[in-house]
Amino acid sequence: MNNAEEKLVFERPRSLTDAHTHYCPGCTHGIAHRLVAEALDELGLRERTLGIAPVGCAVLAYYYFNVDMAEAAHGRAPAMATGMKRANPDKILFTYQGDGDLAAIGAGEIVHAAGRGENITVIFINNAIYGMTGGQMAPTTLEGQKTTSSPMGRDISIAGHPLRMSELLATLDGAAYVARGSLHDPKHIRRAKKAILTAFKVQQAGLGFSMVELLSACGTNWKMDPVEALGWIKDNMVPYFPLGDYKVTDAVKNL
Amino acid sequence: MARELWKGNEALAEASVRAGLVAYFGYPITPQTELLEYLSLRMVKLGRAFLQAESELAAINMVYGAACTGVRVMTSSSSPGISLMQEGLSYIAASEVPVVLVDIMRGGPGLGNIQPSQGDYFQVTRAAGHGDFHPLVLAPATVQEAVDLVYLAFDLAEKYRTIVIVVADGNIGQMMEPAEMPPMRKVKKDRPDWALTGADGREHRIITSLELGAERLEALNLRLQKKIARIRQAEVRYQEHKVEDADILIAAFGTMGRISQTAAEMARAKGIKAGVFRPISLFPFPDERLEELSRQVSRILVVEMNAGQMLDDVRLAVGKDFPVEFYGRMGGVVPLPDDVLEVVERIGAELNDEQR
Ligand SMILES: Cc1ncc(C[n+]2csc(CCOP(=O)(O)OP(=O)(O)O)c2C)c(N)n1
Repeated sequence: MNNAEEKLVFERPRSLTDAHTHYCPGCTHGIAHRLVAEALDELGLRERTLGIAPVGCAVLAYYYFNVDMAEAAHGRAPAMATGMKRANPDKILFTYQGDGDLAAIGAGEIVHAAGRGENITVIFINNAIYGMTGGQMAPTTLEGQKTTSSPMGRDISIAGHPLRMSELLATLDGAAYVARGSLHDPKHIRRAKKAILTAFKVQQAGLGFSMVELLSACGTNWKMDPVEALGWIKDNMVPYFPLGDYKVTDAVKNL
Repeated sequence: MARELWKGNEALAEASVRAGLVAYFGYPITPQTELLEYLSLRMVKLGRAFLQAESELAAINMVYGAACTGVRVMTSSSSPGISLMQEGLSYIAASEVPVVLVDIMRGGPGLGNIQPSQGDYFQVTRAAGHGDFHPLVLAPATVQEAVDLVYLAFDLAEKYRTIVIVVADGNIGQMMEPAEMPPMRKVKKDRPDWALTGADGREHRIITSLELGAERLEALNLRLQKKIARIRQAEVRYQEHKVEDADILIAAFGTMGRISQTAAEMARAKGIKAGVFRPISLFPFPDERLEELSRQVSRILVVEMNAGQMLDDVRLAVGKDFPVEFYGRMGGVVPLPDDVLEVVERIGAELNDEQR
């Protein structure tokens, strides 16, 4: 044993509480939480951040983020964040939303928040399924993907096509920064972290709407073990939801 | 301040600004729109927040968000828009954040029409959203009263951490009357100790309507019920007109209260002793006073611009054995004093026959 001074190499971000999360084994919500918390810590934003939890598996995110948080109605987080931000322009606002929340019931609210260039940051968890309610089809469920409400696999002739929200929102002039990352391996997790940092910096600089979409695993409802689920993201989700930056305005490039 | 001529909707807007309104979110709908239009200039000029939302659903959730930060915030709409807001209202009630809402009622159901109506009585007093809660509901009969009540509404909303709805029919929103504006209050800088302001030097705060445990959700409900009981105790408001010697008591709110007063005077000129009881707080309903009055009058006539909604509250107040009559018009038809008088006269004649 050597007596070299202990060096702290890893600790819990201050923006996370020490609560145990309720997430399933292999779920990537926890990773996404940590990345957001690290970003808030690194940018020194924790004390003036207000977060909004969705209706979905992350409904209890307010117990895990050590920042002031409110719980929105299903899909309404962007509207709620708008109200908070407009009344408190000095605060940093983020919503944390699933794909059912953001792309189905809350499609109207997210489009208009982005269109207005609402100065908020949206963390969008795309797991191609409704996790919380037990695995029904989401607007992001892939063609042929089996869910409890598409038991024979998503049939395009019945359910239509999956929505690509990053591509869609990137077309709006109010959107300053829109990127899609993935949480299926360490390399992509590091990239996702960078995107989240950029998104908050965009808000700090008052440049407009920012969103980071994160492809995420839901082993429980996909009926896969955690490793299989990560592989499924890479093999099935990434081809339909290509990774990358969808909107980086010039002002964002110059940050 | 001097009395000036004000349109109801604009008067409501200006009075809200003077109450210290920090943020307004709304969506156009007749006959409420002038309120939103007025604030779109006034709020922006004052450097306060104004936003035309993409829907009433978004508007009420913007209001919810702002309310969570402890600022004075409001929205306004008319009947179909209030239906869309019910989701948000239920969450707001459970979260116990203060919100002021103005409902300028129009004809329903469905798209109905843009004529004045009182068809939202049930909606605002009993069915503002799912679950057990009642907003505090105030119903003005004049533009001046609309001004005074909306000014008061912000204080009440904060005092009880509740939703206060100022409900008026399209007449009051649209008509012009002399009114005196209350003084301009400063926007409060300090925020309440439950507000989300950033976890700076303190534990993080959470505002949620979710309680997964049955006992905990029941506890939240019991707290809400206690608050409602306090409101029932302290916030009953009504106005009486010549009730002391009345034989026939007309019970009516808002515009119909006003029209009924004219009808009562006409009846008195014909020798029929009529009086008017006008509930100003629809929730809490002034049931104790009405019950008291029922012991000294022979009949109660409820007059509404709906199929008989406040009528239920009147019946609950006086009991099933007391004779209660109803006269109502729907679809935007506004009864004139003559129409009400006709009913009063008929009742008067019946009472005479009975006495003979
Ligand atoms: C108005 C309303 N409709 C439906 C529900 C039921 N519900 C709760 S969570 C959810 C789906 C959430 O899925 P998603 O947003 O993809 O998040 P995940 O659970 O997968 O993280 C639904 C439909 C609800 N709570 N409120």
